[in-house]
Amino acid sequence: MGYTVNALTKSLNVFHLGGSACNNCDIEILDALTPRYDLERFGITLVGSIRHADLILLSGIFNKKARLRMLEVLAQAPRPYLVVAIGGCPASGLIFRDSYNFYAAPADYVPIDAFIPGCPPKPEAIISGVVTVIKALREGAMVPKCLGEPDRAGEMAPVPQAEGAA
Amino acid sequence: MNSTRVFLEFLLFPGLLFTAAAGLLTSWVDRKVTAMVQMRVGPPLLQPFYDLRKYFIKETCVPEGGATGLFLLAPLIGFAGVTLASLILWRALLNPQVTFVGDLIVLVYLLMMPALGVVLGAFASRNPLASMGGSREIQLMIAYELPLVLVVLVPVIQAESIRLGELVNGTPAATWSGALALLAGLACMQAKLTIVPFDMPEAETELTGGVFIEYSGPPLGVYKLTRAMMLFTLPVFLVALFFGGFVIGPGLAPKLWGLLAWFVLVALTVVIRNTTPRLRTDQAVKFFWGPVSLLALAAVVLAWMGY
Repeated sequence: MGYTVNALTKSLNVFHLGGSACNNCDIEILDALTPRYDLERFGITLVGSIRHADLILLSGIFNKKARLRMLEVLAQAPRPYLVVAIGGCPASGLIFRDSYNFYAAPADYVPIDAFIPGCPPKPEAIISGVVTVIKALREGAMVPKCLGEPDRAGEMAPVPQAEGAA
Repeated sequence: MNSTRVFLEFLLFPGLLFTAAAGLLTSWVDRKVTAMVQMRVGPPLLQPFYDLRKYFIKETCVPEGGATGLFLLAPLIGFAGVTLASLILWRALLNPQVTFVGDLIVLVYLLMMPALGVVLGAFASRNPLASMGGSREIQLMIAYELPLVLVVLVPVIQAESIRLGELVNGTPAATWSGALALLAGLACMQAKLTIVPFDMPEAETELTGGVFIEYSGPPLGVYKLTRAMMLFTLPVFLVALFFGGFVIGPGLAPKLWGLLAWFVLVALTVVIRNTTPRLRTDQAVKFFWGPVSLLALAAVVLAWMGY
């Protein structure tokens, strides 16, 4: 476990999975990756494909239709990976919770490793959250959830034609 | 020459291990220079090694319905190609007497293998974006292979030999034809490495990784390693062809000149990558079949006339 965690945390490829958000978190995530904060110093780079992802940043509530796509994308991530929720939406739904298209807060049906609160969190908060996750992993205080529950993401992947394909 | 020695040369020096380590360090140079252009600190020296180690602990995802065997085999095709190319090249640089006739032709073919491997893997993955990237890669290959062959012809005409061991004695870069050919060769190298402005097979923005989109874990690591090794080997190839005489002369000074020439080629590539936007495929084809081919053709004619 020590070797795996060390190898993983020294070189994190970030994949940004944003769904039905108000876009403020997405802007802050992009800000965190600009030269000003220079996350490449710690081996953190942004990637475009879920197959290359080590750290998946969720933002937004993922409404009824986007939720199915998100679960499908998440099921394609190679293990071990980490899921970090950005902002308050994935935890509670915040201002979207009474919307007609709100299904449930992603925290209720996605194995999320860590939450970074804020509406939106500043880039410093995002970096501090990721550092906290890395430290907890290295100290053995936490295990990536995708390893603890091997098939959870796969089980939850819905049948696409049932309700999503319409 | 017994078989054990050949095997060791292939595995350790100057084959697999040496090229891999040098390639990863070159990719660090690439990332560090990029960081300096963008006025930031950049990754630590060992970051490419950390990245590679990370890829080998990740799960290998195989897309459903794709050609599984080819999908997993494709990264190794390019990897084997670039390792062999580097081996042949370094043997010619270290010991010009032991090369065989026509090794230059073998080398040009071997340096094509990584691109072929990428294309095969992309089509085997059954992903529409990867197929798009693969077709772009093929068009790019058609575009740059013609001027590249013309570029390689210039040192051949000057040395009147297709043996790498005899080519590396000359210094074509000091002649008019050689300088022009080197310029065209630089453009071809940029495209062969598929880095900006010729990164349309990957196209981070619209193909999100393109040819590599379905790869994860160790196969992706092998691809990244192959690219790093190409980033090291192609400048060495150009140095051997155009600055060879500077490099293999007696004493330490020629080696340092060779190292300097290599570093300038790498740095130029990286600076071009950081200061240009991506071209469309048709623009790239026009660029290579137009100006670059004409430049290379002019160099060939000049070389024929003895300049």
